[in-house]
Amino acid sequence: MKIKNILTYSFISSLFLFSLICIWKILVTLQGIELTNFNFNKLFIFGIILCVINLLIGKKFNLNIKIILLAILFSIFDYFTSINLPIWYSLGVFLISLFFFNNIKNYDKNFLLKNHSSQKLFFNFLTLFGITLFSFVILFPFYMMLVTSFKTQALLLLNPLDFSINFAQGLPELFKSYFIVFKDYNFGRYMLTSTIVSLGTVVITLIFAIPAAYAVARLNFFGKNFLSTSILIIYLFPAIVLVIPLYTIFSQLGLRNSIEGLLIVYTATTLPVAIYMLQGYFKSIPKELEEAGIIDGQNWLGIIFKIILPLSLPAISSVALYVFMIAWNEFLFSLMFLDRPNTFTLSRAIQFLNVGAETPRQYLMAGSVVVTLPILIIFVYFEKYLVSGLTAGSVKG
Amino acid sequence: MSTKLAKIEKRTAYLLILPSVLLVFSIILFPIFSNIWISFKNVELKDLRIPEPRAKKLVKSIKDNPNKIKIIYKLRNSSLTQEITNVKFKDKYPDNIKPINLDKRCEFKQKLLQCELGNWPKKYRENLEIVFQNTSNQEISKKKLKSYKPKLSGKSQNILLTYEFTLNNFKKVIKDIAFIDLLSTTFYYTFFGTIGAIVFGILAAQMVNQKFFGRTFMRSVLLFPYVAPVVALAYTWELLLDPTSGTLNNLLINYQIIDGPINLLGQKYVTLNILGLDFKLRLALTTVIIFEIWRYFPLAFLFILARLQAVPKELYEAADVDGANPIQKFLNITLPQILAVISILFMIRFIWNFNKFEDIFLLTGGASGTRTLPINVYQQGFSIGDIGMGSAVSIVIVVFLLIFMFIYFKLLGKRADEN
Repeated sequence: MKIKNILTYSFISSLFLFSLICIWKILVTLQGIELTNFNFNKLFIFGIILCVINLLIGKKFNLNIKIILLAILFSIFDYFTSINLPIWYSLGVFLISLFFFNNIKNYDKNFLLKNHSSQKLFFNFLTLFGITLFSFVILFPFYMMLVTSFKTQALLLLNPLDFSINFAQGLPELFKSYFIVFKDYNFGRYMLTSTIVSLGTVVITLIFAIPAAYAVARLNFFGKNFLSTSILIIYLFPAIVLVIPLYTIFSQLGLRNSIEGLLIVYTATTLPVAIYMLQGYFKSIPKELEEAGIIDGQNWLGIIFKIILPLSLPAISSVALYVFMIAWNEFLFSLMFLDRPNTFTLSRAIQFLNVGAETPRQYLMAGSVVVTLPILIIFVYFEKYLVSGLTAGSVKG
Repeated sequence: MSTKLAKIEKRTAYLLILPSVLLVFSIILFPIFSNIWISFKNVELKDLRIPEPRAKKLVKSIKDNPNKIKIIYKLRNSSLTQEITNVKFKDKYPDNIKPINLDKRCEFKQKLLQCELGNWPKKYRENLEIVFQNTSNQEISKKKLKSYKPKLSGKSQNILLTYEFTLNNFKKVIKDIAFIDLLSTTFYYTFFGTIGAIVFGILAAQMVNQKFFGRTFMRSVLLFPYVAPVVALAYTWELLLDPTSGTLNNLLINYQIIDGPINLLGQKYVTLNILGLDFKLRLALTTVIIFEIWRYFPLAFLFILARLQAVPKELYEAADVDGANPIQKFLNITLPQILAVISILFMIRFIWNFNKFEDIFLLTGGASGTRTLPINVYQQGFSIGDIGMGSAVSIVIVVFLLIFMFIYFKLLGKRADEN
């Protein structure tokens, strides 16, 4: 029993340490440093040894000294197994092992005697491991997008693994791709179009949705139930089944290649979810407030503007942010409806860059950063509102 | 009194919802139904342009005779495929000029020229020449003459509005486009994409539901793939996975994990040898599914996390007292609590993955065995240019969608009954 627990403990711990080191090594490789071996055998076995030592020492002396000592041991071992690596690499290894030993510092022989201790250990590490792995897998493409935009095509062909950023070349040279994307590829214009379309969609959707949501939430009329269920059903119909009829109708009406056409379609497709989200919130507002308004002689317009709107600002901001995000990210309709560069939105422009000529990849990635950054900033800043919008609107995506 | 109030309330309600209903009806419902109409027609992309009668006006002075001026109208039918019937022509002129050699089809009255030009077959061209006599002493300004634009009108058949129908599109759907293959690819993609997203969503939610440093930050990061624009993400992945200069292949080769580059997005099959048995895996499709999972697991994560946070802590405490291990706790407490959310998530994600277009379109364009039904709609309609076919495939999607929705709402209703 005890041997089994010690074995699982040291195996899992060492594996976790090794995978952390692997991620670090991959990141180091991408700085253009030659590193061709993970050294699985040596590092894994040495990791096991250190874990057992950690267990044996237990709480016999100061825990901080213990973890620093173990981390230094591991770093020195790693330093001698690999050759010719810069000092900051070893510093990274030291910090990672410090973090690792800090996590296992409290384990001693007594812990392993408890019930389910190995399972608990396993899950603790799984959580830690999961968090690191998930963050790495999710952030890695974003990181690559960013660093590629700072490189040049020639350098990338020379060494496809060197993504180190050369700060010595000065800021104008560093941000060259962005200057070119805005100057030669007209991204300023596309950004303006995207902003106008997205903000326009938000405003028009709210103008249409607020009265409708109020009616569905509060007023009694024939067909109300039918309407509120059909909102959801309509929302489940995807853009791809609308594309061909809308394309034929819009080409015959001359609405293609126009921002108005795009605004109409975006508004119509986001309207059901906006109504659905708003009416849910309106229902939660106490009815007495409106009754007081009616007694004061307000008509429905007054009630909506003076009572409902001020009270439901959080819900309205969620809807607005969600609709903005959908309109900003939308691709299919902009692909179908826009084929003249002077009407392109950002998404369409990037697709055009990729399909058109052999666009150097740093420009493509600079364009991608330009389209991604605003929405990520908005998301991080207004996370609370957007998350509630996402949850409510997540029937679609 | 109360009936009057009810009436006012009703009228107000209709007034408030009417704009939304009209907009949604014309942009969403009407197109869905017009799919049915178009799918029974033989329409191509090039037929969509409505044929127009066009005229170009040229003004020429005549040599030796400053009092006369010649106007040439270059007339043509803009369509290469269709006839225009009953073409009418109208143009205005300044005072003091009169036509001399008026065409039989035309009539001149008070500065206004009107012609009945009859029927124009496809590709029709004609030059209409009229010589005008100056009746005053003033010189006629050519600029002024040119400033009036001729107006033409004519009737042409709009191919979308005729009553000619055909079953060919549906025959082609079943026979020509390897329908079974298309369906199986779509279901493969949909099913595994959905399952994967939910599994990773559960894992992520389990992790984030525990207390650790940087938890709120972690929650935002996990949602990044879902909120970022698909165009940027798809192209980043394309660069990462590129066989020659992509980072992933180069990393794997650098660490000697693989011998040569793998074209993850361009290779249809890969043969895997597991325990001496050969398995044929659809490589490009799998890669696309992984992208799909990467992009949409945040949504499952968000839902499941919200549900997990509502699970009463006492349940776990009681389990601790009983001496349950973590796996038992997950299977016996967590899973039953989140099962309802998972079933709804599964249905919603299934419906949406079934219709997913952008992700595959941007990554592979439907090549190397990743052609799903939505991709086929685009290819039929816009790559091949057969609008009718595209609509027919859309109809297939709508039919499947209605079946899924029926099941979904049945499920939802059943759950509502249980509560």
